[in-house]
Amino acid sequence: MSDFLRIQDVSVAYGDIQALWDVSLNVEEGEIVALIGPNGAGKTTLMRAVAGLNPLRSGSIYLADKALHTLRAYQIAEQGVILVPEGRRLFGGLTVLDNLELGAYPKRARQVRADTLKLVYELFPLLADRRLQRANTMSGGQQQMLAIGRALMGVPRLLMLDEPSLGLGPLVVESIFETIKHMNEQGVTVFLVEQNARQALELANRAYILEQGSIAGTGVAQDLLNDDRVQQAYLGICPAPEA
Amino acid sequence: MSAFMQTLVWGIFAGAIYGIAAMGLALVFGVLKILNIAHGELVMLGGYVGFWAFTALGWDPFLALIVVIPAIFILGIILDRIVYRNLNRLIGEDKIKNSLLVSFGLGLVLTNLAQWLFTGDERSVQPSYAGQGLNVYGVLMPYTRLATLGIVLVVTVALHFFLRKTYPGKAILATAEDYESAELAGININRVYMLTFALSAALAAIAGQFVTFTYALAPSIGMYWTLKAMIVIVLAGTGSVLGALPAGILLGVVEAMSGAYLSQTYKEVVGLVIFLLVLILRPQGLFVRK
Repeated sequence: MSDFLRIQDVSVAYGDIQALWDVSLNVEEGEIVALIGPNGAGKTTLMRAVAGLNPLRSGSIYLADKALHTLRAYQIAEQGVILVPEGRRLFGGLTVLDNLELGAYPKRARQVRADTLKLVYELFPLLADRRLQRANTMSGGQQQMLAIGRALMGVPRLLMLDEPSLGLGPLVVESIFETIKHMNEQGVTVFLVEQNARQALELANRAYILEQGSIAGTGVAQDLLNDDRVQQAYLGICPAPEA
Repeated sequence: MSAFMQTLVWGIFAGAIYGIAAMGLALVFGVLKILNIAHGELVMLGGYVGFWAFTALGWDPFLALIVVIPAIFILGIILDRIVYRNLNRLIGEDKIKNSLLVSFGLGLVLTNLAQWLFTGDERSVQPSYAGQGLNVYGVLMPYTRLATLGIVLVVTVALHFFLRKTYPGKAILATAEDYESAELAGININRVYMLTFALSAALAAIAGQFVTFTYALAPSIGMYWTLKAMIVIVLAGTGSVLGALPAGILLGVVEAMSGAYLSQTYKEVVGLVIFLLVLILRPQGLFVRK
């Protein structure tokens, strides 16, 4: 298989503070790839860079053979690269249905909006029941479902999720991960950032470890789960997710 | 009693114009996160387009809205492209501070441009039916004022439907809530900013057209209207676009009442006292649902 998402020597800085140093990684079509690492390693920065929210200092990002790093964020979404941002970032004052419809804003997605909406409602029946409720009146787990639902409305070719388990109870996390797996089986390539390394590695095919802005390791997820160093650094000190 | 009713009605008529002038300012504040001090100058320029349509072409002042609105809408697009877009790279406090400087400067430029083009003379528009109106139990309601109120209500309802029910409208609301999330959803926020600014300019222009036959029109009126609009958006609650109409009417009525029952001189002061009271007692504004 050929590389689908190819991140090459990417550096990103906030002013004088460099957050990413020559990061290279690739995601193949149909894979689930996890990016794990400690707080402040630059995981979110990398996700935002791919989505077009952080400008690159150097390096390049390609989806198939299309350069993403020269595009603006909305154009990257039009290419089918959709990020579910950290902390969900819903349009809280708008209804569930408005949020979903806005997810289908790109022309490509808008044409199949009705069909996608049906799919999302099948995946999350709760969103159908609450479609006229304001998004910020829902619980954290429901909001995360809506955030994923909104991303799916954009008909992603590459779905990126930044900390989808953040602040959620274990049962909800379980069902969110189920959904990600299900979406992947439907053909969506997934690139995932997680602090909950164990759960991420159990879900993913492959993983990269990001430490202090650089790739510190990579491998098949199953091998990393059994790797001594990874176990010590990311699994031993990683308690079960808080309720 | 009928004197009281008459004052109330005048207040509502005046407040409708405050409301529509403030709606545009609130829209730009809520979406672009900038305070456009030059908003009143857009009111003024809208008034001049209407004035010349009436004076040079003999158009009815209400009919003239069909040129006033697009003219200032296009001016809004131009101003967004050459002036305001440069502010969008800034965020937070930097953005709001710089927007004050930039729009204050732009206001001066537009005022002086109008002075140069149209002279400083006070102008007004008097259609043939200006003196006529309804007399409801001794309360006078001139047709011009009734039509003004009617148009303001129609525009408010139309704006509500545009924002709540159409894709571009929802994109505006989404961008106001979280511009990064909006971009991630595939919304070109520069386009949203441009449309929002142009809409705001068009709303200002409608207010300006009403000014030509209810107040005096001169190049220097801009700051007066910016200040009125600012008072109204604080009353309504910043971010509440449609709340600007009831808040504007409230300000109009309070001013009219204090003009009639206290003193004409203190009319403006009473408006400002209300403004301060709201800031102290209900800083989120009167018409914000929490």
